[in-house]
Amino acid sequence: MAKKQYAFYPGCSSQKKASADNFLRSIDVVCQKLDVQLNEIPDWNCCGASIGYGEGGELPRLVISARNLALAEKNLPGQDMVSVCPACWLATREAGERLHESDSLLAEANEALREAGLDLKNEVKSRHFVEVLIEDVGFEVMQQQVVKPLEGLKLAGYVGCQTNRPFGIVGESFENPRYLDKMVEMVGAQPMETYDQKVTCCGGALAFSEPEKSQKQIRDIVESAYDHGADMIVTPCQLCQANVEIYQSEINKKQGTRFNMPVVYYTQLMTIAYGGSATEAGLDGQFIRAEKLEKLAGK
Amino acid sequence: MSDANNRALGAYRSNFLKEVEANVEEGHWVKMCMQCGVCAGSCPLGPHWQHSPQKIFMMIRAGKRDEVLTSDSMWMCTSCYNCIVRCPRKLPITHIMHGLANYAHRLGLAPKGQPTREIAKLFWDNLVKTGRVNELKFSLAMYFKDGFGQGIKNAMAMQGVGLGLVKAKRLNPLELLGGHGCKDKAGIHKMVAKAREIEDRRKGLA
Repeated sequence: MAKKQYAFYPGCSSQKKASADNFLRSIDVVCQKLDVQLNEIPDWNCCGASIGYGEGGELPRLVISARNLALAEKNLPGQDMVSVCPACWLATREAGERLHESDSLLAEANEALREAGLDLKNEVKSRHFVEVLIEDVGFEVMQQQVVKPLEGLKLAGYVGCQTNRPFGIVGESFENPRYLDKMVEMVGAQPMETYDQKVTCCGGALAFSEPEKSQKQIRDIVESAYDHGADMIVTPCQLCQANVEIYQSEINKKQGTRFNMPVVYYTQLMTIAYGGSATEAGLDGQFIRAEKLEKLAGK
Repeated sequence: MSDANNRALGAYRSNFLKEVEANVEEGHWVKMCMQCGVCAGSCPLGPHWQHSPQKIFMMIRAGKRDEVLTSDSMWMCTSCYNCIVRCPRKLPITHIMHGLANYAHRLGLAPKGQPTREIAKLFWDNLVKTGRVNELKFSLAMYFKDGFGQGIKNAMAMQGVGLGLVKAKRLNPLELLGGHGCKDKAGIHKMVAKAREIEDRRKGLA
């Protein structure tokens, strides 16, 4: 089978030894198994994330995403651009749409891009890795690769915000998207379908600036996973993963809870189900060890 | 008061809605709000907004310029996009809140010391420097934003988290010495400066 080719925008958190380094390792395994080739966009830059607006305003913020689109257009022509980070995807897709809707904004963006020796025709489609898996690969093919079903593992599927809103995955609802639960089923594990914090906000970047308010959100997300009898939480988002995993110890310190709920990525589940090792799945990168998953990997 | 603020006051007199439509990202949508309140009820940080988006929209139309631009409400936005997908009139509420926050910040009217305002600036400056965010330098800049003593206190309080991340290979202490970055830093600096110059000219901020 010919490999499917994509212009890859990894984003800051997926760089070596950055906060989602382990996520990227599991993505590599999944891509190998599914004949997906991610070609890194040369010299890509940060998307501005969700608080870039404060100082960056409108045009400078759109322009930094336009630079990534222009680099993809120039260096990897004809390939869809794929992000594994919801913030990267959102910023890039939004910039593409905004510049498509307004000729004057596109002209301004190109005036700025010329300072970096670039020009944007704005023909690249910006997609999320989950879209590639569901729409281009498909559940059936993904399931065929499962050699080690994750039997008995109970997972609370936490989709979060930006993978789901404002764009989301085609055919899914904003209030109760189903694809993550379907992925959990696909790898042979058990989804907690009534998990009611599925699309709750973790506080996002405000976890840094408004820790108290964000930790209330995180407490709800973790508590409900416990209430539903989940062994761990699974998420498609780097910031959700980091916020929900890392701040549990802070909440324990301040509020006397005893949270110790692992938070993993969907690609880590797939890696183990595809026969990969705990290290290949990046499970050595968990702040709270996912022991049940490690045990399944060792079987 | 900043020169840009005086210019805006002169240009728009008492018509704040016109000013928002001209100078705030997606501001032309404000008049479409029908005051249903779904945004206010959908916000995860709703209880902490002094004025909900619904109220902000009505205040803009009522010409409450100072009250809107000095409010810390817009800085409560977590960018969860719940308001956007639920708005029956399809207003891009998240972006309008971002736009208002940025406009108030650039006019010098946004609340001083507002933590999200400060962190947003640190984040942008961090990313523009090398083209990519340096997570370690950004974290340290946040801890030390209120001075050295407070910084040490903050860093000590979070040291468990920091060391845990280093152990999990998700934080590299060597990032302090440089770390990840784009090759064409000069091009990025010129490009961002040009974009800001164009926008400032268009919005009367320069």
